[in-house]
Amino acid sequence: MKEGNDYHQELSGLLAKWKDKPGNLIMILHEIQNHYGFVPRQLSLQLSALLDVPLARIYEVLTFYNYFKLEAPGKHKISVCMGTACYLNGAPEILRELKSILGVEEGHTTKNGLFQLEVVRCLGCCGLAPVIMIDGKVYDKVKKNDIIDIISKFTRSKEPE
Amino acid sequence: MVRATINGKVVEVEKGTTILDAANQVQVKIPTLCKHPDLISSAACGICIVKVKGSSKMLRACCTPLDNAMEIITHDPEIVSIRRTVLELILSKHPNDCLKCGRNNNCELQRLAADFGIREELFPKYLKDIPKDESTGSIVLEPPKCILCGRCVQVCQQMQDVWALSFLERGFDTRISPAGDIKLGDSPCVRCGQCSAHCPTGAIFEQDDTARVWEALQKPGNYCVVQIAPAVRVSIGEAFGFKPGENFTRRLYALLRRLGFAAVFDTNFGADVTIIEEASEFVERFKNPSPERPLPLITTCCPSWVDFMEKFHHDMIPHFSSCKSPHQILGVLSKTYYASKYNLDPARIVMVSIMPCTAKKYEITRTDEMFASGFQDIDIVLTTRELARMIKQAGVDFPALPDEDPDHILGDYTGAGVIFGATGGVMEAALRTACFYITGQKLDRLEFSETRGLKGVKESSIEIAGNRVGIAVAHGLSNVEYVLNQVREAVKAGRPVPYHFVEVMACPGGCVGGGGQPYGVTDERRSKMSRGLYEDDLNQPIRSSHENPQVQQLYREFLGEPRSEKSESLLHVHYKARPQYRK
Ligand code: SF4
Ligand code: SF4
Ligand code: SF4
Ligand code: FES
Repeated sequence: MKEGNDYHQELSGLLAKWKDKPGNLIMILHEIQNHYGFVPRQLSLQLSALLDVPLARIYEVLTFYNYFKLEAPGKHKISVCMGTACYLNGAPEILRELKSILGVEEGHTTKNGLFQLEVVRCLGCCGLAPVIMIDGKVYDKVKKNDIIDIISKFTRSKEPE
Repeated sequence: MVRATINGKVVEVEKGTTILDAANQVQVKIPTLCKHPDLISSAACGICIVKVKGSSKMLRACCTPLDNAMEIITHDPEIVSIRRTVLELILSKHPNDCLKCGRNNNCELQRLAADFGIREELFPKYLKDIPKDESTGSIVLEPPKCILCGRCVQVCQQMQDVWALSFLERGFDTRISPAGDIKLGDSPCVRCGQCSAHCPTGAIFEQDDTARVWEALQKPGNYCVVQIAPAVRVSIGEAFGFKPGENFTRRLYALLRRLGFAAVFDTNFGADVTIIEEASEFVERFKNPSPERPLPLITTCCPSWVDFMEKFHHDMIPHFSSCKSPHQILGVLSKTYYASKYNLDPARIVMVSIMPCTAKKYEITRTDEMFASGFQDIDIVLTTRELARMIKQAGVDFPALPDEDPDHILGDYTGAGVIFGATGGVMEAALRTACFYITGQKLDRLEFSETRGLKGVKESSIEIAGNRVGIAVAHGLSNVEYVLNQVREAVKAGRPVPYHFVEVMACPGGCVGGGGQPYGVTDERRSKMSRGLYEDDLNQPIRSSHENPQVQQLYREFLGEPRSEKSESLLHVHYKARPQYRK
């Protein structure tokens, strides 16, 4: 990940564009989110200094809207469906298993940047409950014991088909 | 003026007065929870609702001004039952930890639960699982006990301008957090403790070091010594039902001996020494300002202010007095001068400071200079609130104790030393001695009333030997920027600086309003406590630091001249710019 001054150029471009417009903080944060897929802490700190807005205020905004992410997105996005059907068919257990294998809480990315764990409300395939989705591919009728196999496909050097 | 009725009683108040304050005037008490007299109402809790005749809407009394001809009803079965539900909902998100909570018996939420006679839990419990944050060593955050009143956020952001605390997320997930969701110790927090003094519950609490003091007192071989800060003597009585401002100095000496301390000193003595050094520094700069040692000279007795300056205003470092704070001075003297005079091994001495302040807990290990005696100069800091708890644990009938004297060579103080605890006091004390140093004459007046009072910034000028001396006193960190900017602008424009001497205290009111003082501080209490200190000053036979015979003896026997090499190495420090965020 970039450190310190590396963001300076991008930021000055953004600032030039938004500097004197009211409500600029949120617009700048939006652009940063769109560009990087998250809002890096270093950037927030620099933004705080450049705009003279306390970091506390920036994080109030960042955490208020679900839209903003504070961590880099993982290489593979795992969505666990918690819709009613999945929920009743064991999704909480699946989620627990995923958390313990990956060592992260929902909404977060593993340390190695490989997986991002998310919970979603309904993937629209209730007949196949419980389902999880990895990078757009649906895995249906998942059982707790399947999880390790599914995950390990992605941790091997070769990508799955 | 507006005229209305509250529960049928006619009330006439200034326009803009809240229903809450108006009700107080007719002896009606409306319960409140989020509202604090120091702060703008956040209207967060809803427990203060009242009815207005002719309207179905309920109003929040803490933030609604009374209007002409309003007929307010503050208590009826419906209002009481709604308030009860509000309270029950708050309690459903609050741990039942009272018995092991630092606020037990002193908690605004607990008091309400008792007043409303809550006996069962009607709503399912939902507790947040957020770990304690003890990273500052001065104050502890326990977010699960937070009721989201918003006081600490307002205190930290508006009153102190530090912005170390904020609410994160929203709705049900809203939580109190250090800025940027890191540990408080890595945030800009300056450990002033104002958040802990304003929190209605145990969610923000001073780091409790009483167990360490008990242990030190028990340990064979230890020689435990103690000092009390000026502000503590006029506030400790509150814990025992006395009025703020009542002076307990000599009973505190007696008490501390009962607790087992071998020698009892007074921080006011350290304050007298601070004044000797700082007034000398001032006179030197006043006569001979240079770019390295420019005017105004800015005081540095307050560790939160020092931390704030190093993080936010480090361009001002050359203006800072290099002089240590009074308790640090007393600490280093106890392990050098006192130890050698009484043939004590300084390694055995345990020095405890009783302070109105949470930041002093951090100050004692702030830099290597706090180990100037070769040992940690101050071992443990207790706040006034912690001392009150120790007294209760010790089983001493404190108010009934006889008066005693302090131990002498570091215990006798002048009137100048004791006013350090009020905003403007350091300035006033320093002026008394600086005037003498400049004119060589005893002053015809000792009081500098222009430095007194609770106005956020007090600017004025006095005359010393035909010279104008501009002074400014600021308290509450949000008042600092104005003063510093006046100086910066003058320097930039090539004008003479508006002030020669500036005093800053982080806490509103100065140390009497410190973050470790008894709960429920208001401006009224701050003035009462300050008045207690100014009375103590008036009652002292000696009222200028340079006339303190024990201080004179200290210089004769040990330090030599003010600002001597020895004083510099023991009593002075350096400053450096620090990052606001360590992460
Ligand atoms: S904060 Fe108050 S109500 Fe909560 S556990 Fe502590 S004493 Fe009890
Ligand atoms: S101690 Fe002072 S600076 Fe730190 S969080 Fe509390 S109010 Fe803010
Ligand atoms: S921590 Fe205390 S002061 Fe701050 S919002 Fe929570 S309850 Fe209020
Ligand atoms: S006290 Fe009025 S809303 Fe909380």
